[in-house]
Amino acid sequence: MARQGSGGGTIILGTFLLGMMLSQMPLPQIAEWFRPEWVVMILIYWMMALPQRVGLGSACLVGLGLDLIKGSPLGLNMISLLIIGYLTLVLHRRLRMFPLVQQALMVMVLVGINQLLFNWVHGLLGTRSDSLLFLLPAVMSAILWPWVFVILRGLRRTFRVT
Amino acid sequence: MRGCPISPIFHGGSLRTRFIVLLLLTIVLIIVDLKWAKMNQTRAYLSLLITPLQWVVDAPAQVADEFSDVLVTRTQLVEENRRLRQEALLLKQRVLQIAALTAENVRLRELLTGRQRLPDGVMLTELIGVNPDPFQHQILLNRGSEDRAFVGQTVLDSGGIMGQVVELSHYTSRAMLITDSRHAIPVEVNRNGFRSIALGNGSVNELELGHVPDTADIREGDLLVSSGLGARFPRGYPVAIIISVKRDPGQPFAVVKAKPTARLNKSRHILLVNRSQDEVLPLEGKQKSEQPKEQKIEPDALEES
Repeated sequence: MARQGSGGGTIILGTFLLGMMLSQMPLPQIAEWFRPEWVVMILIYWMMALPQRVGLGSACLVGLGLDLIKGSPLGLNMISLLIIGYLTLVLHRRLRMFPLVQQALMVMVLVGINQLLFNWVHGLLGTRSDSLLFLLPAVMSAILWPWVFVILRGLRRTFRVT
Repeated sequence: MRGCPISPIFHGGSLRTRFIVLLLLTIVLIIVDLKWAKMNQTRAYLSLLITPLQWVVDAPAQVADEFSDVLVTRTQLVEENRRLRQEALLLKQRVLQIAALTAENVRLRELLTGRQRLPDGVMLTELIGVNPDPFQHQILLNRGSEDRAFVGQTVLDSGGIMGQVVELSHYTSRAMLITDSRHAIPVEVNRNGFRSIALGNGSVNELELGHVPDTADIREGDLLVSSGLGARFPRGYPVAIIISVKRDPGQPFAVVKAKPTARLNKSRHILLVNRSQDEVLPLEGKQKSEQPKEQKIEPDALEES
């Protein structure tokens, strides 16, 4: 199988679009706080599995999409996804070796960094949290990580995305 | 490709240089977006790309709506029909009165040589999304610049003012609710005309009145209506009802809380108020040049009563 890259592009794009939709799904007021960061998780998975295809450029594009759909200032999601993407790319060999639970812990740290950056920039713009509740999505993402990982790996293997 | 043991992961410069270059570019983008007003246009065009995504996200809710419309019993329909007919009758009677009152009002205004107040036209619109970020009270509407929505347009539901449009794309727009912690709306107490500013404080069902002196005549149950000062919101729409007034002699100002009359987190059918002739423009030169047809601003027009 020599470079089957072209077929997998739609799969990767599709998962990102699905992630963006999930991040927009209406939820009850309370559940908003628990919403996992789907897009960040998907990005971490693809960067870990296929760092030669999903790189910093893709992180920027996905971030731009998120900015548009969330209505945040352009570049806000881009910058946090860039930083997380960089960390994931640096760590991707180690991440692959980790058992799922340890991976989940790393995901928690990475999503936590995302949330902290977000809260910091929101603080600059005038809406800052006065509790640490904004870190809940990191915990939720870590809890859901094993499932996301298994599903995405299944997708990658069935459709031979390399 | 098969032969090489490690696929070339990072071609075109090392990872770190790429990261730093992209990071700088992104920072520049953020600054440009925040400081340069023209970016709104670019943003509107880019938003076109994700508009289909927003429709798809809303689709389940739409379908559920359709189903609940279709799957009702005959008795329910008859009942609803009867209720609506009664309501229509009541409203018609009120409209009859309003016509007479409007005419009278116009006559009185002519006597006072004041500016004319014409009834505001509205545009029906539907909610298609809510900002998932709990720190931002924003909703997504299915009207955009193609439907002649504009930034700053007042958003109403049947209860009162919900907020204003803050961002425009071609087929969708984003509105900030009055409870967002960055939002403030000039109001007056309907009973006695006491003016104040209602600030959003980030909780869904609460507004705060800023800088109300301890001696102000304001009490629980008072209705706050928009005062029209600041030239953003039209005058006279209900905004909130006072739910608590705390007067502490040790504090410089009374703590006044109010509950929005609009159902901010429930309404799906929403109205956008069109610009009326009566409107006073903000005192910015740039805005003035955009709408040359508006008359000059008279200082006394700011004080309505």
